[in-house]
Amino acid sequence: MATRLTQPAPAPAGEPALSKQEVLRYSRHLIMPEVGMDGQLKLKRAKVLMVGSGGLGAPLGLYLAAAGVGRLGIVDFDTVDFTNLQRQVIFGTSDVGRKKLEAARERLGNLNPEIQIDAFETRLTSENALDILRDYDIVVDGTDNFPTRYLVNDACVLLGKPNVYGSIFRFEGQASIFGYPGGPCYRCLYPEPPPPGLVPSCAEGGVLGVLPGIIGCIQAMETIKLILGSGEPLVGRLLLFDALGMRFRELKLRKNPECPVCGERPTVTKLIDYAEFCGIRGEEAPAQITAAVPEITPKQLKQRLDRGDDLYVLDVREPHEYKICNLNGHLIPLGELPKRVSELDSSREIVAHCRSGKRSAEAVEFLTKAGFRNIWNLKGGILAWSDEVDPSMPKY
Amino acid sequence: MPVKVMIPTPLRQFAAKQESVNLEAGTVGEALSALTLQFGDLKKHLYSDDGRLRSFVNVYVNDEDIRYLQKEKTAVQPGDTISIVPSIAGGAE
Repeated sequence: MATRLTQPAPAPAGEPALSKQEVLRYSRHLIMPEVGMDGQLKLKRAKVLMVGSGGLGAPLGLYLAAAGVGRLGIVDFDTVDFTNLQRQVIFGTSDVGRKKLEAARERLGNLNPEIQIDAFETRLTSENALDILRDYDIVVDGTDNFPTRYLVNDACVLLGKPNVYGSIFRFEGQASIFGYPGGPCYRCLYPEPPPPGLVPSCAEGGVLGVLPGIIGCIQAMETIKLILGSGEPLVGRLLLFDALGMRFRELKLRKNPECPVCGERPTVTKLIDYAEFCGIRGEEAPAQITAAVPEITPKQLKQRLDRGDDLYVLDVREPHEYKICNLNGHLIPLGELPKRVSELDSSREIVAHCRSGKRSAEAVEFLTKAGFRNIWNLKGGILAWSDEVDPSMPKY
Repeated sequence: MPVKVMIPTPLRQFAAKQESVNLEAGTVGEALSALTLQFGDLKKHLYSDDGRLRSFVNVYVNDEDIRYLQKEKTAVQPGDTISIVPSIAGGAE
Protein backbone atom coordinates (compact mmCIF):
# COMPACT_ATOMS: atom_id res chain seq x y z
CA MET A 1 0.00 0.00 0.00
CA ALA A 2 2.76 2.43 0.89
CA THR A 3 4.90 1.63 -2.16
CA ARG A 4 6.32 4.74 -3.76
CA LEU A 5 6.23 4.92 -7.49
CA THR A 6 9.73 5.58 -8.72
CA GLN A 7 8.98 5.28 -12.39
CA PRO A 8 6.73 7.60 -14.36
CA ALA A 9 3.39 6.12 -15.40
CA PRO A 10 3.14 5.19 -19.06
CA ALA A 11 2.00 7.97 -21.32
CA PRO A 12 -1.78 7.97 -21.80
CA ALA A 13 -2.97 6.48 -25.07
CA GLY A 14 -6.04 7.91 -26.83
CA GLU A 15 -7.89 11.05 -25.69
CA PRO A 16 -9.71 10.76 -22.34
CA ALA A 17 -7.12 8.74 -20.46
CA LEU A 18 -6.59 8.55 -16.74
CA SER A 19 -3.90 10.64 -15.09
CA LYS A 20 -1.26 9.00 -12.96
CA GLN A 21 -3.15 10.22 -9.91
CA GLU A 22 -6.37 8.66 -11.19
CA VAL A 23 -4.68 5.33 -11.93
CA LEU A 24 -3.58 5.20 -8.32
CA ARG A 25 -6.96 6.29 -7.01
CA TYR A 26 -8.88 3.72 -9.03
CA SER A 27 -6.29 0.94 -8.86
CA ARG A 28 -8.67 -1.49 -7.10
CA HIS A 29 -11.06 -1.10 -10.02
CA LEU A 30 -8.33 -1.23 -12.66
CA ILE A 31 -6.95 -4.56 -11.47
CA MET A 32 -10.41 -6.14 -11.78
CA PRO A 33 -10.90 -7.49 -15.29
CA GLU A 34 -14.66 -6.71 -14.96
CA VAL A 35 -13.85 -3.00 -14.70
CA GLY A 36 -10.32 -2.46 -15.92
CA MET A 37 -9.16 0.60 -17.83
CA ASP A 38 -12.08 0.42 -20.27
CA GLY A 39 -14.64 0.30 -17.46
CA GLN A 40 -12.97 3.08 -15.51
CA LEU A 41 -13.01 5.28 -18.60
CA LYS A 42 -16.71 4.52 -19.03
CA LEU A 43 -17.24 5.67 -15.44
CA LYS A 44 -15.21 8.81 -16.13
CA ARG A 45 -17.31 9.62 -19.20
CA ALA A 46 -20.61 8.86 -17.42
CA LYS A 47 -23.09 11.55 -16.47
CA VAL A 48 -25.43 10.64 -13.62
CA LEU A 49 -28.12 12.83 -12.09
CA MET A 50 -29.18 12.25 -8.49
CA VAL A 51 -32.57 13.62 -7.55
CA GLY A 52 -32.33 14.26 -3.81
CA SER A 53 -29.27 14.15 -1.57
CA GLY A 54 -30.97 12.80 1.54
CA GLY A 55 -31.15 9.31 3.00
CA LEU A 56 -30.74 7.46 -0.30
CA GLY A 57 -28.72 10.18 -2.01
CA ALA A 58 -26.10 10.33 0.74
CA PRO A 59 -24.56 6.86 0.28
CA LEU A 60 -25.30 7.01 -3.44
CA GLY A 61 -23.41 10.27 -3.92
CA LEU A 62 -20.47 9.07 -1.84
CA TYR A 63 -20.07 5.80 -3.75
CA LEU A 64 -20.62 7.26 -7.21
CA ALA A 65 -18.12 10.01 -6.51
CA ALA A 66 -15.64 7.56 -5.05
CA ALA A 67 -16.06 5.23 -8.03
CA GLY A 68 -15.10 8.05 -10.38
CA VAL A 69 -18.39 8.84 -12.15
CA GLY A 70 -17.10 11.77 -14.16
CA ARG A 71 -20.07 14.06 -13.91
CA LEU A 72 -22.49 13.95 -11.04
CA GLY A 73 -25.55 16.21 -11.00
CA ILE A 74 -27.44 16.73 -7.76
CA VAL A 75 -30.90 18.27 -7.43
CA ASP A 76 -31.83 19.44 -3.93
CA PHE A 77 -33.18 22.59 -2.32
CA ASP A 78 -33.18 21.55 1.32
CA THR A 79 -31.08 22.59 4.32
CA VAL A 80 -29.26 20.16 6.63
CA ASP A 81 -30.93 19.77 10.01
CA PHE A 82 -30.10 17.71 13.09
CA THR A 83 -32.70 15.04 12.33
CA ASN A 84 -30.93 14.29 9.00
CA LEU A 85 -27.66 13.19 10.61
CA GLN A 86 -29.01 9.84 11.85
CA ARG A 87 -28.88 8.53 8.26
CA GLN A 88 -27.65 11.15 5.79
CA VAL A 89 -24.01 10.21 6.24
CA ILE A 90 -22.77 12.65 3.61
CA PHE A 91 -23.32 15.48 6.12
CA GLY A 92 -21.60 16.27 9.41
CA THR A 93 -22.72 18.13 12.53
CA SER A 94 -20.93 21.28 11.35
CA ASP A 95 -23.14 21.24 8.21
CA VAL A 96 -26.37 21.77 10.17
CA GLY A 97 -28.05 24.91 8.83
CA ARG A 98 -26.14 24.82 5.53
CA LYS A 99 -27.64 24.12 2.14
CA LYS A 100 -27.49 20.38 1.46
CA LEU A 101 -26.20 21.05 -2.00
CA GLU A 102 -23.32 23.17 -0.77
CA ALA A 103 -22.38 20.66 1.94
CA ALA A 104 -22.66 17.71 -0.46
CA ARG A 105 -20.59 19.43 -3.13
CA GLU A 106 -17.85 20.15 -0.60
CA ARG A 107 -17.86 16.60 0.81
CA LEU A 108 -17.89 14.92 -2.61
CA GLY A 109 -15.32 17.36 -3.99
CA ASN A 110 -13.04 16.44 -1.10
CA LEU A 111 -13.68 12.73 -1.62
CA ASN A 112 -12.86 12.97 -5.32
CA PRO A 113 -11.59 16.24 -6.83
CA GLU A 114 -11.23 14.50 -10.22
CA ILE A 115 -14.97 14.60 -10.93
CA GLN A 116 -17.33 17.39 -11.95
CA ILE A 117 -20.27 18.11 -9.66
CA ASP A 118 -23.27 20.00 -11.06
CA ALA A 119 -25.49 21.50 -8.39
CA PHE A 120 -29.16 22.29 -9.11
CA GLU A 121 -30.55 24.20 -6.19
CA THR A 122 -34.19 23.81 -7.03
CA ARG A 123 -37.18 21.61 -6.55
CA LEU A 124 -37.60 19.34 -9.59
CA THR A 125 -40.76 20.52 -11.36
CA SER A 126 -42.69 19.75 -14.53
CA GLU A 127 -41.25 22.99 -15.94
CA ASN A 128 -37.55 22.30 -15.31
CA ALA A 129 -37.30 18.48 -15.22
CA LEU A 130 -36.73 17.79 -18.91
CA ASP A 131 -34.08 20.50 -19.18
CA ILE A 132 -32.22 19.27 -16.11
CA LEU A 133 -32.42 15.54 -16.95
CA ARG A 134 -31.61 15.90 -20.65
CA ASP A 135 -27.84 16.18 -20.21
CA TYR A 136 -27.43 12.99 -18.19
CA ASP A 137 -27.19 9.30 -19.12
CA ILE A 138 -28.80 7.87 -15.99
CA VAL A 139 -31.15 9.33 -13.39
CA VAL A 140 -31.23 8.05 -9.82
CA ASP A 141 -34.41 8.66 -7.86
CA GLY A 142 -33.71 9.35 -4.21
CA THR A 143 -36.75 11.48 -3.50
CA ASP A 144 -39.19 11.15 -0.63
CA ASN A 145 -42.61 11.88 -2.09
CA PHE A 146 -45.01 10.52 -4.67
CA PRO A 147 -45.38 13.62 -6.90
CA THR A 148 -41.62 13.81 -7.52
CA ARG A 149 -41.38 10.04 -8.06
CA TYR A 150 -44.03 10.15 -10.80
CA LEU A 151 -42.41 13.26 -12.26
CA VAL A 152 -38.98 11.59 -12.40
CA ASN A 153 -40.52 8.46 -13.92
CA ASP A 154 -42.43 10.26 -16.63
CA ALA A 155 -39.54 12.56 -17.51
CA CYS A 156 -37.18 9.56 -17.80
CA VAL A 157 -39.63 7.66 -20.03
CA LEU A 158 -40.15 10.73 -22.24
CA LEU A 159 -36.39 11.22 -22.56
CA GLY A 160 -35.60 7.50 -22.83
CA LYS A 161 -33.29 7.46 -19.81
CA PRO A 162 -32.98 4.70 -17.23
CA ASN A 163 -34.28 5.58 -13.77
CA VAL A 164 -32.62 3.77 -10.89
CA TYR A 165 -35.34 3.59 -8.27
CA GLY A 166 -35.14 3.07 -4.52
CA SER A 167 -37.70 3.64 -1.81
CA ILE A 168 -37.86 2.97 1.90
CA PHE A 169 -40.25 2.79 4.81
CA ARG A 170 -39.24 1.95 8.39
CA PHE A 171 -37.61 -1.47 7.94
CA GLU A 172 -38.53 -2.12 4.36
CA GLY A 173 -37.04 -1.10 1.05
CA GLN A 174 -37.73 -1.47 -2.65
CA ALA A 175 -35.39 -1.11 -5.61
CA SER A 176 -35.63 -1.51 -9.37
CA ILE A 177 -34.59 0.06 -12.65
CA PHE A 178 -37.35 1.75 -14.62
CA GLY A 179 -37.34 3.31 -18.05
CA TYR A 180 -34.74 0.90 -19.44
CA PRO A 181 -35.31 0.22 -23.16
CA GLY A 182 -38.06 -2.40 -23.39
CA GLY A 183 -38.46 -2.54 -19.60
CA PRO A 184 -41.30 -1.43 -17.33
CA CYS A 185 -41.67 1.97 -15.69
CA TYR A 186 -42.86 3.06 -12.25
CA ARG A 187 -46.40 3.49 -13.57
CA CYS A 188 -46.37 -0.13 -14.81
CA LEU A 189 -45.75 -1.08 -11.19
CA TYR A 190 -48.10 1.43 -9.58
CA PRO A 191 -50.45 3.18 -12.00
CA GLU A 192 -51.60 5.62 -9.31
CA PRO A 193 -50.29 6.98 -6.02
CA PRO A 194 -52.12 6.44 -2.74
CA PRO A 195 -54.38 9.29 -1.65
CA PRO A 196 -52.62 11.73 0.70
CA GLY A 197 -52.76 10.72 4.35
CA LEU A 198 -53.26 7.00 3.82
CA VAL A 199 -49.55 6.21 3.83
CA PRO A 200 -47.38 7.85 6.48
CA SER A 201 -44.17 9.59 5.39
CA CYS A 202 -40.78 8.87 6.96
CA ALA A 203 -41.22 11.98 9.10
CA GLU A 204 -44.33 10.40 10.60
CA GLY A 205 -43.41 6.73 10.34
CA GLY A 206 -39.70 6.91 11.08
CA VAL A 207 -36.90 5.02 9.36
CA LEU A 208 -34.01 2.96 10.67
CA GLY A 209 -30.92 4.91 9.60
CA VAL A 210 -29.06 2.01 8.01
CA LEU A 211 -31.95 1.14 5.69
CA PRO A 212 -31.53 4.05 3.24
CA GLY A 213 -27.81 3.24 3.37
CA ILE A 214 -28.47 -0.28 2.12
CA ILE A 215 -31.02 0.72 -0.53
CA GLY A 216 -28.93 3.73 -1.64
CA CYS A 217 -25.94 1.39 -2.06
CA ILE A 218 -28.05 -0.98 -4.17
CA GLN A 219 -28.95 2.00 -6.37
CA ALA A 220 -25.26 2.94 -6.61
CA MET A 221 -24.34 -0.63 -7.59
CA GLU A 222 -27.05 -0.78 -10.27
CA THR A 223 -25.99 2.62 -11.62
CA ILE A 224 -22.37 1.49 -11.93
CA LYS A 225 -23.44 -1.79 -13.57
CA LEU A 226 -25.49 0.18 -16.12
CA ILE A 227 -22.47 2.36 -16.88
CA LEU A 228 -20.14 -0.61 -17.23
CA GLY A 229 -22.76 -2.57 -19.18
CA SER A 230 -21.95 -5.63 -17.13
CA GLY A 231 -23.94 -8.11 -15.07
CA GLU A 232 -27.69 -8.47 -14.94
CA PRO A 233 -29.42 -5.15 -14.29
CA LEU A 234 -32.42 -4.94 -11.95
CA VAL A 235 -34.77 -4.45 -14.90
CA GLY A 236 -38.17 -6.14 -14.83
CA ARG A 237 -37.58 -7.16 -11.25
CA LEU A 238 -38.69 -5.49 -8.04
CA LEU A 239 -36.27 -6.16 -5.23
CA LEU A 240 -37.85 -6.11 -1.76
CA PHE A 241 -35.69 -5.86 1.32
CA ASP A 242 -36.94 -6.61 4.82
CA ALA A 243 -34.30 -5.43 7.27
CA LEU A 244 -35.89 -6.99 10.36
CA GLY A 245 -36.12 -10.44 8.81
CA MET A 246 -32.89 -9.72 6.84
CA ARG A 247 -34.45 -11.10 3.71
CA PHE A 248 -34.27 -10.08 0.09
CA ARG A 249 -37.12 -11.12 -2.16
CA GLU A 250 -37.63 -10.55 -5.84
CA LEU A 251 -40.92 -10.08 -7.69
CA LYS A 252 -41.48 -10.08 -11.43
CA LEU A 253 -42.22 -6.69 -12.86
CA ARG A 254 -43.83 -6.58 -16.26
CA LYS A 255 -44.16 -3.80 -18.75
CA ASN A 256 -47.84 -2.91 -18.85
CA PRO A 257 -49.02 -2.60 -22.49
CA GLU A 258 -51.77 -0.29 -21.20
CA CYS A 259 -49.33 1.95 -19.30
CA PRO A 260 -50.30 5.61 -19.86
CA VAL A 261 -46.65 6.66 -20.26
CA CYS A 262 -44.65 3.76 -21.68
CA GLY A 263 -47.47 1.58 -23.07
CA GLU A 264 -48.53 0.99 -26.65
CA ARG A 265 -50.91 3.95 -26.77
CA PRO A 266 -49.52 6.49 -24.32
CA THR A 267 -51.89 9.18 -23.07
CA VAL A 268 -49.25 11.03 -21.06
CA THR A 269 -47.00 12.54 -23.72
CA LYS A 270 -45.74 15.51 -21.75
CA LEU A 271 -45.19 16.28 -18.09
CA ILE A 272 -48.36 16.98 -16.09
CA ASP A 273 -49.27 18.58 -12.76
CA TYR A 274 -48.00 15.92 -10.35
CA ALA A 275 -49.32 17.54 -7.18
CA GLU A 276 -52.78 17.38 -8.69
CA PHE A 277 -52.18 13.82 -9.93
CA CYS A 278 -51.29 12.82 -6.37
CA GLY A 279 -54.31 14.62 -4.95
CA ILE A 280 -52.30 17.29 -3.20
CA ARG A 281 -53.55 20.85 -3.42
CA GLY A 282 -50.33 22.61 -2.54
CA GLU A 283 -48.16 22.59 0.53
CA GLU A 284 -50.74 23.97 2.92
CA ALA A 285 -53.25 21.15 2.53
CA PRO A 286 -52.77 19.67 6.04
CA ALA A 287 -53.12 23.11 7.64
CA GLN A 288 -56.59 23.45 6.18
CA ILE A 289 -57.76 20.42 8.13
CA THR A 290 -56.46 21.82 11.39
CA ALA A 291 -58.04 25.21 10.71
CA ALA A 292 -61.46 23.57 10.68
CA VAL A 293 -61.34 22.57 14.35
CA PRO A 294 -61.25 24.89 17.38
CA GLU A 295 -57.67 25.70 18.28
CA ILE A 296 -55.80 26.91 21.33
CA THR A 297 -52.25 28.24 21.04
CA PRO A 298 -49.48 26.95 23.31
CA LYS A 299 -49.26 30.39 25.03
CA GLN A 300 -53.01 30.41 25.72
CA LEU A 301 -52.85 26.87 27.10
CA LYS A 302 -49.92 27.77 29.35
CA GLN A 303 -51.76 30.84 30.72
CA ARG A 304 -54.87 28.82 31.42
CA LEU A 305 -52.95 25.98 33.08
CA ASP A 306 -51.02 28.50 35.21
CA ARG A 307 -54.33 30.12 36.17
CA GLY A 308 -55.48 26.74 37.47
CA ASP A 309 -58.27 26.24 34.92
CA ASP A 310 -59.68 22.71 34.93
CA LEU A 311 -58.33 21.49 31.60
CA TYR A 312 -57.94 17.85 30.63
CA VAL A 313 -54.87 17.37 28.43
CA LEU A 314 -55.28 14.50 25.96
CA ASP A 315 -52.16 13.23 24.18
CA VAL A 316 -53.03 11.27 21.01
CA ARG A 317 -49.50 10.25 20.06
CA GLU A 318 -48.00 6.77 20.38
CA PRO A 319 -46.55 5.44 23.69
CA HIS A 320 -42.97 5.52 22.32
CA GLU A 321 -43.41 9.20 21.48
CA TYR A 322 -44.74 9.91 24.98
CA LYS A 323 -41.44 8.58 26.33
CA ILE A 324 -39.49 11.14 24.29
CA CYS A 325 -41.33 14.09 25.83
CA ASN A 326 -44.82 14.92 27.07
CA LEU A 327 -47.08 17.52 28.67
CA ASN A 328 -48.31 15.11 31.40
CA GLY A 329 -51.39 14.47 29.33
CA HIS A 330 -53.60 11.40 29.33
CA LEU A 331 -52.30 9.14 26.55
CA ILE A 332 -54.73 7.60 24.07
CA PRO A 333 -53.12 7.00 20.63
CA LEU A 334 -55.29 8.32 17.79
CA GLY A 335 -55.84 4.82 16.43
CA GLU A 336 -57.23 3.61 19.78
CA LEU A 337 -59.47 6.60 20.35
CA PRO A 338 -62.69 5.03 18.98
CA LYS A 339 -62.35 2.06 21.33
CA ARG A 340 -61.26 4.07 24.37
CA VAL A 341 -63.52 7.09 24.08
CA SER A 342 -65.30 6.03 27.29
CA GLU A 343 -62.15 6.98 29.23
CA LEU A 344 -62.96 10.62 28.48
CA ASP A 345 -65.47 12.81 30.33
CA SER A 346 -67.40 14.88 27.79
CA SER A 347 -68.46 17.38 30.48
CA ARG A 348 -64.85 18.47 30.96
CA GLU A 349 -62.92 20.89 28.82
CA ILE A 350 -60.36 18.91 26.80
CA VAL A 351 -57.20 20.03 24.99
CA ALA A 352 -55.93 17.43 22.54
CA HIS A 353 -52.36 17.50 21.30
CA CYS A 354 -49.85 15.49 19.28
CA ARG A 355 -46.43 16.29 17.87
CA SER A 356 -47.39 18.86 15.23
CA GLY A 357 -51.15 19.30 15.62
CA LYS A 358 -52.24 17.16 12.69
CA ARG A 359 -53.27 13.93 14.42
CA SER A 360 -54.85 15.84 17.30
CA ALA A 361 -56.93 17.80 14.76
CA GLU A 362 -58.29 14.46 13.57
CA ALA A 363 -58.92 13.49 17.19
CA VAL A 364 -60.83 16.74 17.82
CA GLU A 365 -62.87 16.20 14.68
CA PHE A 366 -63.67 12.63 15.74
CA LEU A 367 -64.58 13.59 19.31
CA THR A 368 -66.73 16.50 18.12
CA LYS A 369 -68.70 14.05 15.99
CA ALA A 370 -68.93 11.78 19.05
CA GLY A 371 -70.68 14.58 20.94
CA PHE A 372 -67.82 16.32 22.75
CA ARG A 373 -68.52 20.06 22.77
CA ASN A 374 -65.78 21.59 24.87
CA ILE A 375 -62.65 20.50 23.07
CA TRP A 376 -59.61 22.26 21.58
CA ASN A 377 -56.70 21.31 19.39
CA LEU A 378 -53.29 22.51 20.57
CA LYS A 379 -52.08 24.49 17.58
CA GLY A 380 -48.72 23.25 16.31
CA GLY A 381 -48.56 20.50 18.94
CA ILE A 382 -45.63 19.80 21.21
CA LEU A 383 -43.28 21.31 18.59
CA ALA A 384 -44.98 24.70 18.95
CA TRP A 385 -45.04 24.27 22.74
CA SER A 386 -41.25 23.92 22.60
CA ASP A 387 -40.93 27.01 20.36
CA GLU A 388 -43.38 29.28 22.16
CA VAL A 389 -43.56 28.18 25.79
CA ASP A 390 -40.82 25.83 26.98
CA PRO A 391 -37.58 25.73 24.97
CA SER A 392 -36.32 22.87 27.16
CA MET A 393 -38.99 20.61 25.66
CA PRO A 394 -37.20 18.26 23.21
CA LYS A 395 -38.28 18.37 19.58
CA TYR A 396 -38.26 15.28 17.41
CA MET B 1 -55.35 -24.66 0.72
CA PRO B 2 -52.96 -23.40 3.39
CA VAL B 3 -51.31 -20.23 2.10
CA LYS B 4 -49.14 -17.57 3.66
CA VAL B 5 -49.93 -13.87 3.21
CA MET B 6 -46.99 -11.50 3.69
CA ILE B 7 -48.00 -8.23 5.34
CA PRO B 8 -45.85 -5.21 4.37
CA THR B 9 -44.42 -2.93 7.05
CA PRO B 10 -46.86 -0.01 6.48
CA LEU B 11 -49.87 -2.30 6.96
CA ARG B 12 -48.62 -4.38 9.90
CA GLN B 13 -50.13 -1.94 12.37
CA PHE B 14 -53.55 -3.01 11.05
CA ALA B 15 -52.76 -6.75 11.31
CA ALA B 16 -51.75 -7.13 14.94
CA LYS B 17 -48.16 -6.24 13.93
CA GLN B 18 -47.70 -9.61 12.23
CA GLU B 19 -45.19 -10.11 9.45
CA SER B 20 -47.25 -12.87 7.81
CA VAL B 21 -50.58 -14.59 8.32
CA ASN B 22 -51.37 -18.23 7.49
CA LEU B 23 -54.81 -18.81 5.99
CA GLU B 24 -56.94 -21.34 4.17
CA ALA B 25 -58.00 -20.20 0.69
CA GLY B 26 -58.55 -21.43 -2.85
CA THR B 27 -58.00 -18.12 -4.63
CA VAL B 28 -56.24 -14.84 -3.97
CA GLY B 29 -59.63 -13.16 -3.48
CA GLU B 30 -60.60 -15.71 -0.83
CA ALA B 31 -57.30 -15.24 0.96
CA LEU B 32 -57.72 -11.44 1.06
CA SER B 33 -61.34 -11.78 2.24
CA ALA B 34 -60.26 -14.11 5.03
CA LEU B 35 -57.49 -11.67 5.91
CA THR B 36 -59.75 -8.61 6.06
CA LEU B 37 -62.34 -10.61 8.01
CA GLN B 38 -59.69 -11.34 10.61
CA PHE B 39 -58.29 -7.78 10.55
CA GLY B 40 -61.12 -5.37 9.73
CA ASP B 41 -58.87 -2.28 9.76
CA LEU B 42 -56.91 -3.62 6.78
CA LYS B 43 -59.91 -3.42 4.51
CA LYS B 44 -59.85 0.28 3.67
CA HIS B 45 -56.12 0.04 2.94
CA LEU B 46 -56.57 -2.79 0.44
CA TYR B 47 -59.91 -1.95 -1.15
CA SER B 48 -61.48 1.28 -2.35
CA ASP B 49 -65.10 2.12 -1.50
CA ASP B 50 -66.35 0.39 -4.64
CA GLY B 51 -64.76 -2.86 -3.46
CA ARG B 52 -61.89 -2.91 -5.94
CA LEU B 53 -58.28 -3.56 -5.00
CA ARG B 54 -56.54 -0.21 -4.69
CA SER B 55 -54.26 0.71 -7.57
CA PHE B 56 -51.28 1.44 -5.32
CA VAL B 57 -51.48 -2.00 -3.71
CA ASN B 58 -50.07 -4.84 -5.77
CA VAL B 59 -50.66 -8.47 -4.96
CA TYR B 60 -48.33 -11.28 -5.98
CA VAL B 61 -48.64 -15.05 -5.85
CA ASN B 62 -45.08 -16.13 -5.24
CA ASP B 63 -43.27 -13.77 -7.64
CA GLU B 64 -46.08 -13.21 -10.16
CA ASP B 65 -48.26 -10.09 -10.22
CA ILE B 66 -51.93 -11.18 -10.13
CA ARG B 67 -52.79 -8.43 -12.64
CA TYR B 68 -51.10 -10.67 -15.23
CA LEU B 69 -52.72 -13.87 -13.91
CA GLN B 70 -56.45 -14.12 -13.19
CA LYS B 71 -56.42 -11.16 -10.80
CA GLU B 72 -58.33 -11.96 -7.59
CA LYS B 73 -59.64 -15.16 -9.15
CA THR B 74 -56.08 -16.47 -9.40
CA ALA B 75 -55.99 -19.96 -7.87
CA VAL B 76 -53.48 -20.71 -5.14
CA GLN B 77 -51.69 -23.98 -4.41
CA PRO B 78 -50.83 -25.31 -0.97
CA GLY B 79 -47.75 -23.55 0.33
CA ASP B 80 -48.03 -20.55 -2.00
CA THR B 81 -47.00 -17.17 -0.66
CA ILE B 82 -49.23 -14.19 -1.37
CA SER B 83 -47.44 -10.84 -1.05
CA ILE B 84 -49.13 -7.49 -0.57
CA VAL B 85 -46.79 -4.79 -1.86
CA PRO B 86 -48.04 -1.21 -1.49
CA SER B 87 -46.16 1.76 -2.93
CA ILE B 88 -43.84 3.51 -0.52
CA ALA B 89 -42.22 6.85 -1.25
CA GLY B 90 -39.65 7.47 1.46
CA GLY B 91 -36.05 8.23 0.67
CA ALA B 92 -34.78 11.74 1.11
CA GLU B 93 -36.36 12.84 4.37
